[in-house]
Amino acid sequence: MEETVYDKIFKPKTYTLENGKTVKQRASRTPLILLLVLIATYASFRTTGADLSLLLKRGNQFFVIIIGMFPPNFEFLSNIWGPLFDTIQMSLLGSLAGALVAVPLALLSSSNIIKNAFVNGFFKFFLSILRTLPTLVLALIFTFLFGLGTMAGMLSIFIFTSSYVGKLMYEHIENVDMGAFEANESMGLSKVEAFRYAIIPEVLPTYLSVSLYAFEGNVRYAAILGYVGAGGIGLVLNERLGWRDYPSVGMVLLVLMIVVFIIERVSEYFRRKLS
Amino acid sequence: MNEAIQTQYNKAPNRKLYFITISIIILALLIWSFIGVDITGLDQKGTGLAVNIVRGIVTPDLEFLFDFSTQGVPYLLYETIAIALLGTVFGSLLAIPISFLMAPSVVSGPVAYITRLVVIFIRTIPSLVYGIMFIRVTGPGAYAGVLTMSITSIGMISRLYVDVIENLDRGVLEAMTSMGCTTYQKIRYGILPQLFSSFLSTTIYRFDMNLRDATILGLVGAGGIGAPLIFAMRSYRWNQVGSILIGLVVLILLVELFSNKLRSRLVSGTK
Repeated sequence: MEETVYDKIFKPKTYTLENGKTVKQRASRTPLILLLVLIATYASFRTTGADLSLLLKRGNQFFVIIIGMFPPNFEFLSNIWGPLFDTIQMSLLGSLAGALVAVPLALLSSSNIIKNAFVNGFFKFFLSILRTLPTLVLALIFTFLFGLGTMAGMLSIFIFTSSYVGKLMYEHIENVDMGAFEANESMGLSKVEAFRYAIIPEVLPTYLSVSLYAFEGNVRYAAILGYVGAGGIGLVLNERLGWRDYPSVGMVLLVLMIVVFIIERVSEYFRRKLS
Repeated sequence: MNEAIQTQYNKAPNRKLYFITISIIILALLIWSFIGVDITGLDQKGTGLAVNIVRGIVTPDLEFLFDFSTQGVPYLLYETIAIALLGTVFGSLLAIPISFLMAPSVVSGPVAYITRLVVIFIRTIPSLVYGIMFIRVTGPGAYAGVLTMSITSIGMISRLYVDVIENLDRGVLEAMTSMGCTTYQKIRYGILPQLFSSFLSTTIYRFDMNLRDATILGLVGAGGIGAPLIFAMRSYRWNQVGSILIGLVVLILLVELFSNKLRSRLVSGTK
């Protein structure tokens, strides 16, 4: 057993077995971790000014808006369809294009396909950087470049999807069993043919399933892109919240919930079929 | 290609029709979505802005980036971390009872189903709407962000917790019952060790996600680095935007690296 600094301070327990051998059990690290988490929590309390008594005192204010949403304003429904379809369309286009662009990015990042450590490293780093930028921030930047509208939202979804699908795919491709590929090659198939018959069948179901999952998340996420003017149902939501027209807000949320639920069910059904 | 292989591959079930159907559906969806999105290119103004943005990111405002007072990037990042951390702690604590109520193996079917519906409802409301609701309670600031993060974390955390609870190894419990262990011992030595590492792993993963989400709460005034970022953008101070984005990217990359290491350790159980 390797002794770390922690083991030197908190001595491991020693047991003597019946046959005379001694076994050491490390002292548990849980207390130390717990202490660190507690300190971090305390520091966060101080920094954010969190105060639980305030929650008890004014917590009912939270429900003012929720109660205001009931009953939802069904007459507002006719104003929702247009922006709702905008949201679905921009997440669909962004997801499709993103998933397509993710393929070359994933292949370039996979060390078993492109045997060049520099290229792999570069594209892996590129994908990580893209993934760190929050979608909403990207959408905000794009509204400056392309003006307010669905284009900005679509582009930010596109970038998020390609980085997300790209990362999951290169992780999967790198774990593919290369035996089949080599066997095909040794039987005289060209590299492309071997790739077609050995790698694609193994990777395709995961690719489709990951892309569907990304689309599912994108629809939910696209709903708030309107906040920064990037089109879709978020615009309506923001506007109605601003006017304190809570019954209409309730209607928007209700429709959103049903649509997200249906899309999730459909995508879950297909994903289960794929796996 | 070798003939023997060719004949073998020709024997594979023919799924052309299947693929053609899928391709047609996808193509139709693609065309439909093209109609909805008004594709616009960069105009003169946009190109100029793009150049400015890139220039701002390449030459960030270094004074702002390394300003350790409460106005600088490091403190803003620290505040964002604090929001994400506290939100994750609250969220994961709230998720424990909810996930037990969601598990069909613990409670009766209808209760589990109703809890699931409630969680779906909680999950659909966008985080920014929660932000606005909580600002009514706490006033603008980081505390509203903390409460928002707690609520939005519940959905995903409890869903993952339920999977762990459903997959508990019951053999261990049976063995302990046959050895005459008390209920406390069964929970302490039979259930907790199985749940703890998976729960912790989920929570760390959620912290990672919350950190990203906490950066946008500033949009509605719920604290964190989002508000200064938006102010800087709206007033075209691209150097400051550059410093904030650089700080964000570095922080998120570091946390991701750290959380992946921790989680793979938790899952494999090795030191």
